[in-house]
Amino acid sequence: MTTLHALLLIAVSAGATFTTRALPFVFLSRHSAHPLILHMGRYLPAIVMVVLIIVSLSAMQLPDLSESAHRISAWRSWLESAEGAGMLVAAACVAGLHLWRRNALLSIAVGTGLYMAWLQLGGT
Amino acid sequence: MSSPSTASTSHASRGDTTCADAPPQQPVSGRHLWQQALNQTLPVMFGYIPLGAAFGVLFTQLPLSPWLGLLMSLVILAGAGQFLAVALLGAGAGITEVFVATLLLNSRHLFYGLSLLDRFRAAGLGKLYLIFGLTDETYSLLASLPRSGERDDPVARRDDQRLMLRITFLNQSWWVLGTLLGLAAGQLSFDSSGIEFALTALFVVLGIEQWFALRERWPFLLGLLVTFAGLWLLPKDQLLLGSIAAACALLLGQYHYQRGKQPPHGKPVPRDDHPPHGKSGARQTRHNQASEHTTP
Repeated sequence: MTTLHALLLIAVSAGATFTTRALPFVFLSRHSAHPLILHMGRYLPAIVMVVLIIVSLSAMQLPDLSESAHRISAWRSWLESAEGAGMLVAAACVAGLHLWRRNALLSIAVGTGLYMAWLQLGGT
Repeated sequence: MSSPSTASTSHASRGDTTCADAPPQQPVSGRHLWQQALNQTLPVMFGYIPLGAAFGVLFTQLPLSPWLGLLMSLVILAGAGQFLAVALLGAGAGITEVFVATLLLNSRHLFYGLSLLDRFRAAGLGKLYLIFGLTDETYSLLASLPRSGERDDPVARRDDQRLMLRITFLNQSWWVLGTLLGLAAGQLSFDSSGIEFALTALFVVLGIEQWFALRERWPFLLGLLVTFAGLWLLPKDQLLLGSIAAACALLLGQYHYQRGKQPPHGKPVPRDDHPPHGKSGARQTRHNQASEHTTP
């Protein structure tokens, strides 16, 4: 791989990324006051946020219950694992804290700290 | 709103404090805007620096000058897109392959622009940078700002855009900084594993802020429904795009359904039964949204 070829591919990747972001502005700018666009602008952010939350949490592992004899230990290792219960508990902690105090940095810092501690100190 | 500086006081007034401080004709000071932008982007910093570093480390495994890795974070600015580009560079992919794969991976951004058309209107040259910097995280922050830009007041609109530019710039700075760290050090010296959870936490916080802003249940239920259907039906790498596209299609359908039910000559009537899980008054607030944000 030559530097020139790499530069070319980087330019293509940059162009493709910008294209996806710019297309709505190119084609729909004149209609920015259209009621449909306002409808989208009002409700889409909330929906996208829910989608992003669930997609981020979908990395969570589920307890391995395939062997009925080891169910209890499967649940236990799931509870100890940050990529298992940790993720869910940390996210719930962020949500609870934010509903209570409504301080974005506090909610995010505590939730992230909890997750990091779970990951670094907890089980596998 | 999610601004940490205003969060504690924002229960009573959802208007943005930048405009409450100053009379409407006076533009907000640049320093104040930088401070506000910095507060807003701090959570993104905790996510972007480690992720950018991970990208940098990954890039050093290619037989290429590290400067090219920095260049990528400067001109592409896409998390998953850049990881994909590294994989394709390593595999010696062709131009078409890179173009199509990147286009498909990032096509969810198509829908982000839809809800920002009006906010970016008449932003001049800065609009290009705002569009360029529209990552998932930047979109989430911008979409959650109090919408002073929807007012007719051109000064408030300008201030909104100045703030958005600063947020976009700072977010890119965190990403570039992380990339530099990753390229230079190979890996971070302290055990930062798990810190990328900051981005998940940010989405949770912004989701709750959207709830406070909208106070309507159905968009959240629609999002849940669509994503869980996606988890069930779609392969993992298409979950994000598929869910957002489906939600967009449903919003479109709902819009036309409501219009179809509108009496042909009468005024729009708020109704209880619009789908899905509609709340009465949704129609009304939609029509009133421009004025809604001008009242504190």
